[in-house]
Amino acid sequence: MSFIEAKDLVHEYIMRDEEGNVEGVQVALDHLDLNVEQGQFIAVLGHNGSGKSTFAKHLNALLMPSEGTLYVGGMDVSDENLTYDIRQTAGMVFQNPDNQIIASVVQEDVGFGPENIGTPTEEIWERVEKSLRAVGMWAYREHSPNRLSGGQKQRVAIAGVMAMEPKCIILDEPTAMLDPDGRKEVLAAVHELNKTKGVTIILITHYMEEVVDADYVYVMDKGKVVMEGNPTGIFSQVETLKEHHLDVPQITMLAHELKQEGLPLRDGILTREELIQEIDRICH
Amino acid sequence: MSLILDNISHIYSRGDAYEKKALDGVSLKIEDGEFIGIIGHTGSGKSTLIQHLNGLLKATEGSIYFNGQDIYDKDYDLRDLRMQVGMVFQYPEHQLFDETVFKDVCFGPRNQGLPEKDVTLRAYEALKNVGLDEKYYDVSPFELSGGQKRRAAIAGVVAMKPQVLVLDEPTAGLDPQGRDEILDMIAENHQRYGNTVILVSHSMEDVAKYVDRIIVMDDGQVRFDGEPKVVFRHYKELEEIGLAAPQVTYLMHDLKNAGYPVSCDATTVDEAKNEIMKMLGRR
Ligand SMILES: Nc1ncnc2c1ncn2[C@@H]1O[C@H](COP(=O)(O)OP(=O)(O)OP(=O)(O)O)[C@@H](O)[C@H]1O
Ligand SMILES: Nc1ncnc2c1ncn2[C@@H]1O[C@H](COP(=O)(O)OP(=O)(O)OP(=O)(O)O)[C@@H](O)[C@H]1O
Ligand SMILES: [Mg+2]
Ligand SMILES: [Mg+2]
Repeated sequence: MSFIEAKDLVHEYIMRDEEGNVEGVQVALDHLDLNVEQGQFIAVLGHNGSGKSTFAKHLNALLMPSEGTLYVGGMDVSDENLTYDIRQTAGMVFQNPDNQIIASVVQEDVGFGPENIGTPTEEIWERVEKSLRAVGMWAYREHSPNRLSGGQKQRVAIAGVMAMEPKCIILDEPTAMLDPDGRKEVLAAVHELNKTKGVTIILITHYMEEVVDADYVYVMDKGKVVMEGNPTGIFSQVETLKEHHLDVPQITMLAHELKQEGLPLRDGILTREELIQEIDRICH
Repeated sequence: MSLILDNISHIYSRGDAYEKKALDGVSLKIEDGEFIGIIGHTGSGKSTLIQHLNGLLKATEGSIYFNGQDIYDKDYDLRDLRMQVGMVFQYPEHQLFDETVFKDVCFGPRNQGLPEKDVTLRAYEALKNVGLDEKYYDVSPFELSGGQKRRAAIAGVVAMKPQVLVLDEPTAGLDPQGRDEILDMIAENHQRYGNTVILVSHSMEDVAKYVDRIIVMDDGQVRFDGEPKVVFRHYKELEEIGLAAPQVTYLMHDLKNAGYPVSCDATTVDEAKNEIMKMLGRR
C-alpha cells in the first residue's frame, strides 16, 4: 500500500440556511484517485476552487470523505479513533497563517505542537530553535505573532509544523505571501527535510517555478486529477496546462515562444541552464 | 492632482517592548494616473505604507497631501478620502464580511451613494471581471476557496472605481490564469479611466510586466524608485535585501556571461524573446 492512497474520494460541502435547511451542495472532490509513496516530494496544481485545499484537509482528518477512501500511513482517515495519530503523521501548513497561529509569543507558538505530542522539554526548545532558524525567524522568537507582517507570520506557521517532525508535511500555498528570498528559504528548508529526514512533502502551489524540483506533479481540475507526471513531462504540455487555467515557469514560456518563432528547441525546458544549453546547441 | 508623502514615519506600539519603526522618513510624489509597483522584503513596510494612503494608519511624523489637501487637517473628510482611495487588503478575510458574495461586492458602491440600479450593475460587472462564476454570488464569502475569496475581495474594491486603486499582494492565491486576467483587467481599466494604480507584489515578473514605476522598500525606507528596467539593473543589490530580478533577466545575464552579445535589460518574456531573436539574427 502507498503511503497516501486516495481512491474514488468524494467530498460534498452541504450548505444550509439559518434554519438548517439544505440550500445547496458543492462537489469539491469528484472521485479523486491519487497515490503518494513515502519520501516523495509531490506538487499539486489546479485552478482556484479545484479542490486542493479540500483534499489537503482530508489528509489530516480535518474533513471526512463523503464517499470513497483515503489512507494516510496505512490509517483510514474516516476512522475517528485514528484522528490523533493521523494528525501526528501528517502536519499541515494552512493557506492563511491566521488560522494556524495560537500562542501570543512566537517561540511558544512553535513549541506548542511538540509539547502537545509529549516531546521532552529540552528537546522542544532544540526543535523550536532549529525550526525558527530554518525559516529565518529566530530573531523574532519573543515577538507577538499578531504584530508580525504577513510573510513573517507565514514563516512562523511553517516553523510550527517543522517542529513537530511529522512523517509527512502538507503545505497549502506556503509561499503566497513571501518575498523571493523567503520563498527560496522556505522551499530549501522543505527540500532539506525531504532529503535528509525522508519527510514526505505535499506542496500545493500556484507558482510554477516551485514545482520544477518536485518528484511528481498532480494537476487537479474540478475535483479530479486531470494530469500527472514528472515536472518535465507536465511542463512540456503548455497548451493543455492553459486549458486547466495553469501556466509554465517563465523560462519554459520563453523557450516555448522562441520555438514558435522557429527556433528548433526541445520541449520541457525548465531551467536557465537547460535553455542556455539548447541555445549553445543551435549556435554551434 | 497627486498624492504627496512628505517625510512619513510610522512607529508601531510606541513605548512598549514591541516598538517598531516600520516607516522611516518616506517621501514620495505619486502623480495622477501612474501605475506603480511596490516591492520589498517581508516586513519592509509595504502594507504599513499603503495603509497611510487612505488614512487607515496615521503617520507618527510627516504629512500627506491628497489633491493638494493635508489629510491630517482637522477639517479633512477621511471618509471622502476612503471613497477615492480603494484598498484591497493583503488578506481577503480582513475585507469580506457580508452574508453573500454579491452583497459584499455591493457594499462599497452603495456606500459611495450610487443609485441602487448602478450598485447592482457595478457589482455584476466587477464579479464578471474577476472571473467568479455566477453560482457563487449567493454563497457566503467564507464558503469560498482561497483564490475565490481573493477574487471577491478584489471585486468589492474594483466595483467602487476608485480614483486611486491600491492592491496589497492581490495575486497571492490566484491561479495563473486568474492572475493574468485580473491584472490585465486592472491595466485595461487604468488605460481607459486613467486612474492611479498602486500594486504591492512579491512577484518580480508581474511587476515587470505591468507597472511603469517601481518603488523598492527596505527596512522602512525607499531604496530605489524608477522604471522597471532601471531598478532591475540593480539586481545584485536587490538580492541583498531579499528580492530578485525576474527569471528572464537572470537568463539574459547568463547569456551575456556565456559570451553572447545581448543586452541585459529585458524584464519580460516578450522583451527577452525579442532580444534573443535579434541576437540570433545578427549571427
Ligand atoms: N466551507 C465551504 N463550504 C462550501 N463550499 C466550499 C467550502 N470550502 C470550499 N468550498 C468549495 O469547494 C470547492 C473547492 O474548494 P477548495 O478550497 O478545495 O479549492 P482550492 O483548489 O484549494 O482553491 P484555491 O486555489 O482557490 O485555494 C470550491 O468550489 C469552493 O467554493
Ligand atoms: N501592529 C504591529 N505592532 C508592531 N509591529 C508591527 C505591527 N504591524 C507590523 N509590524 C512590524 O512592522 C514592520 C512592517 O510591517 P508591514 O506589514 O508593513 O510589512 P510588509 O512589507 O507589508 O511585509 P509583508 O511582505 O510580509 O506583508 C514589520 O517588521 C512588522 O513586524
Ligand atoms: Mg486552496
Ligand atoms: Mg504586507
